Amino acid sequence: MADAMLPSYIRKINMDQIITSYCRIRDNEVIVNDRLIFYQENIVKFAEVLKSVYIQEQIIYPKFYKMDTISKLGFLATELVLKEKVLEGYRPGAVGVVLSNSSSSLDTDIAHNETIKDRSSYFPSPSVFVYTLPNIVIGEICIRHKIKGENVFLISEAFNGKMLFCYVDELFTNERVDACLCGWVEVLGNKYNAMVALVENNRPMQGTPAGFKPLLFNIENLNLIMTRN
Amino acid sequence: MEELIEKLKKEVIEQLNLEDINPDDINPDSPLFGEGLGLDSIDALELIVLLEKNYGIKIEDPKDGKKIFHSIRTMAEYITEHKK
Repeated sequence: MADAMLPSYIRKINMDQIITSYCRIRDNEVIVNDRLIFYQENIVKFAEVLKSVYIQEQIIYPKFYKMDTISKLGFLATELVLKEKVLEGYRPGAVGVVLSNSSSSLDTDIAHNETIKDRSSYFPSPSVFVYTLPNIVIGEICIRHKIKGENVFLISEAFNGKMLFCYVDELFTNERVDACLCGWVEVLGNKYNAMVALVENNRPMQGTPAGFKPLLFNIENLNLIMTRN
Repeated sequence: MEELIEKLKKEVIEQLNLEDINPDDINPDSPLFGEGLGLDSIDALELIVLLEKNYGIKIEDPKDGKKIFHSIRTMAEYITEHKK
C-alpha cells in the first residue's frame, strides 16, 4: 500500500512533535512533569483539592472561584503545565487546544437542574448556566493565556489516546498549529481525572522544564501519562 | 440599614463566589462594577436573581439596574423601599 494512503498515525512515526510539559490531577494528587507537587490524603471533597492546589501554587486569578468544576480542573492543569513551560514566540492563532472527556458538562448540567427542578422555587443561576457546555473550559484557558488557535472538545466513553493523537497530529500536519494543549478533563460529582499536555514542534534549542525529558508525541506516551502513578 | 448592608455583603460574596473577598473588604459605597469588585455582566444577572430569591423583589425595568446595583448601599436602600 502506498504510504500516502495510510492514516497519519500509521504513515509516519511522528518525530516532529514532542510533549514538553504535562500535568496530571487525580486521587488528591497532582503530578507535573513526573514530579509529585501536591498530595493530601485526607481531602474528601474534590472542590477542596482544587482550592488547595490553587492556593499552594499561588495563582492569582479571581475568576477561578467563579468557574464550574470542569473549568477549574482544566484551568489548574493548564496553569501548571504553562508554569513550567511558558508559551513563548507563538502567534496567538498558532496555539491550539484539544480537550476531551466522557461526561461532557454533565456535572454542571446537574447543578443547573437543581436550580430549576422545583417550579415553586425556580431560580436558574446565570453563572451556572453559562458553564453548561464542555468547551467553556477551553474558553477559560484561551482567555487566560490569550490563545486564539484551533480548538475542540471531544467526547468519548473513556480516554482515547489514539483519537486525541490523531486530531492533534492532523493540526500539526496541516500546519494549523505550532503548539497545542491537549488532554482529558473529566469531572462528575466527586470523581475527577485530568491530564493536560503541551505539544510543540521539536525545534533545536527547544527549552524544556528542568529535570524533565520531553516525550515523543505519540499514542503510547499519551496513554503512559494518563496511567502513570 | 447597617444590618442589612452587612447581610447583603455576605449574600453577594456567597452568590457571586467571591471566595477571596471578606465582608470587611467591601466598602458599601464603592461601585460594584468596574473598579470596585470588578463584577461582570453575569454577576449583574446573579444580583437580579438574588433580589428576587432572597427578598421577593423583581426588577421590572432593566434600566433601573445600573442605579440599584451601583453599590451595596444603593442595593440596601432599594430593598428597604421595595421589600414586600
